Amino acid sequence: MSATTQPSLAPAKNLAVAARLGSSRRRSDVIARFLSLLATAIGLVFLTSILVTLFYKGFNAMNLSVFTEVTRPPGSNGGLLNAIVGSLIQVALGTAIGTPIGMLVGTYLAEYARGSTFGGIVRFVSDILLSAPSILIGLFVYSLLVLPFGGFSGWAGVAALAIIIIPIVVRTTEDMLSLIPNTLREAVIGLGSPKWKMIVLVCWRSAISGIITGVLLGIARIAGETAPLLFTSLGNNAWSTDLTQPMPSLPITIYSYAGSPFQDWIELAWAGALVITLAVLGLNIAARSLFSGKK
Amino acid sequence: MSQAVATPLGAPMGAKSAPARRANIGDPIFALACRAAGAGVLLLLGGIIISLFLGGLPAFQKFGIEFLWSTEWDPVTEVFGAGVSIYGTVVTAIMAILLAVPVAFGVAFTLTELAPNWLRRPVGTAVELLAAVPSIIYGMWGFFLIAPLMSQYVQPALIDSLGEMPGIGFLFQGPPFGTGIFTAALILAIMILPFIAATMRDVFEQVPPVFKESAYGLGCTTWEVMKGVVLPYTRVSVAGGVMLGLGRALGETMAVTFVIGNANRITTTLFGPGNTIASVVALEFGESEAGSLKLSALLALGFILFVISFIVLAASRYLLRSRLKG
Repeated sequence: MSATTQPSLAPAKNLAVAARLGSSRRRSDVIARFLSLLATAIGLVFLTSILVTLFYKGFNAMNLSVFTEVTRPPGSNGGLLNAIVGSLIQVALGTAIGTPIGMLVGTYLAEYARGSTFGGIVRFVSDILLSAPSILIGLFVYSLLVLPFGGFSGWAGVAALAIIIIPIVVRTTEDMLSLIPNTLREAVIGLGSPKWKMIVLVCWRSAISGIITGVLLGIARIAGETAPLLFTSLGNNAWSTDLTQPMPSLPITIYSYAGSPFQDWIELAWAGALVITLAVLGLNIAARSLFSGKK
Repeated sequence: MSQAVATPLGAPMGAKSAPARRANIGDPIFALACRAAGAGVLLLLGGIIISLFLGGLPAFQKFGIEFLWSTEWDPVTEVFGAGVSIYGTVVTAIMAILLAVPVAFGVAFTLTELAPNWLRRPVGTAVELLAAVPSIIYGMWGFFLIAPLMSQYVQPALIDSLGEMPGIGFLFQGPPFGTGIFTAALILAIMILPFIAATMRDVFEQVPPVFKESAYGLGCTTWEVMKGVVLPYTRVSVAGGVMLGLGRALGETMAVTFVIGNANRITTTLFGPGNTIASVVALEFGESEAGSLKLSALLALGFILFVISFIVLAASRYLLRSRLKG
């Protein structure tokens, strides 16, 4: 603020000082603008470089057998079919388990626990889980479901993914329910409806597009999760839809193939990386257009 | 008002007693389900803490408090210490923040004040989409593209130019492997950049236009408005966003595992290989049997990582609370 008051006093006394002050202020403004634009340019260069590399290498490695063949030993022209199917199964089940729980928690926070201490604690804990390192969730599920039941399994992977999606759904459900005007609630209660009917038939229905957005973003997040699956569903090089056995998944396959010394495996890893990124970006764009369309 | 409500409510009350009673059963059930789910979230966090702590207990008992700073990690003689990985975790995360925050600030400044309106939305959306790209993609990109570039061009150049400098020269010495602490920090920085930039932009946009307009009206330049009005108004939330980014950087596994070099030693040079808690757990886990001391040491590492990230995330929640309320 001092920079702005001084020049206004100065001109009457000394025009040269005022001009110098003005030009130094202009100079710092130009420098700051230039540095910001430079930073944006640098950031965008790095980020485009990621996408360009991914699309270039991914499309080069892409062919039909990626989607029709299962993973094979190096040099024998395998694909990623089992990994893709395994990922779809685990993500679908994880979402199916995590979403209702997350919605109930979000509903509890928005409809039952506004301003209560317990609600505040639940909200805080859910936010911590939202940003907690996913590798720790993998370790937790490992000690909970893998060690006691004697082996890695698809169900353990499902559980880990469900735990990761819960806080995402909690956050959006609560946010969306909080946007609903209280007059609507009062009107429903005033008609003699019980509270649960008000929540299920009116509040959830008004918030549904927002909640679906959150679920789509959550699916996008768990579809790319690698670390928690390392300790839970482990990965499997054969075709497997048995959830009690180790289960293949796309991120794990990418991880092990990208670190391998075999050229064709590395190419498959890029193809898989492209598939996963397109899926994640597609889900994000779908979520965005859904939300902006219905808002 | 009360008069008008009393009559319509009064009549059905008596007549509709049967459905009302049925509804009264539904309500407690639904409330209970919601409350149970809420309590379940608490149990989840409690379960994570307890399972990691109990799993790591044998290692904590065997090595005591020294586990925290011992730099030994020898699976053959079964001597484990967390010193190197804690060091690597903290150093890479802090370096990533130092690299990412100025750039993220520039991006946010550009997006809120400098860029023309037609450019703001597409660039803003691109930044948000990049924040959603899975971290394993960043890891692969770093491993196949950045690490070779680093070892061929960037690191030799830095070693030749800065390596001889007194004072800071030791940071830029050693062979240019390409992978290592510095590359890991760079990849982390690029990974959290969209995230921090998007948070900062959201926060900057919440400054009431009236404040900025009055500063412009006094003759302030764009930069002075940013420095004198927007930043002071938002600094707590900005700090919260940075802490959130730090939390992500601390626990990141895949992006780091590819490029950190994975060696259990503390080197003074930034180009040396190292490891982080998450990378050690991800890599060594496959070779540790159930019930072994090594597995316990890994779970103990997980517990330490949990404590570190809990502190950082709790701090960021505390700083961001005003934004969350608004």
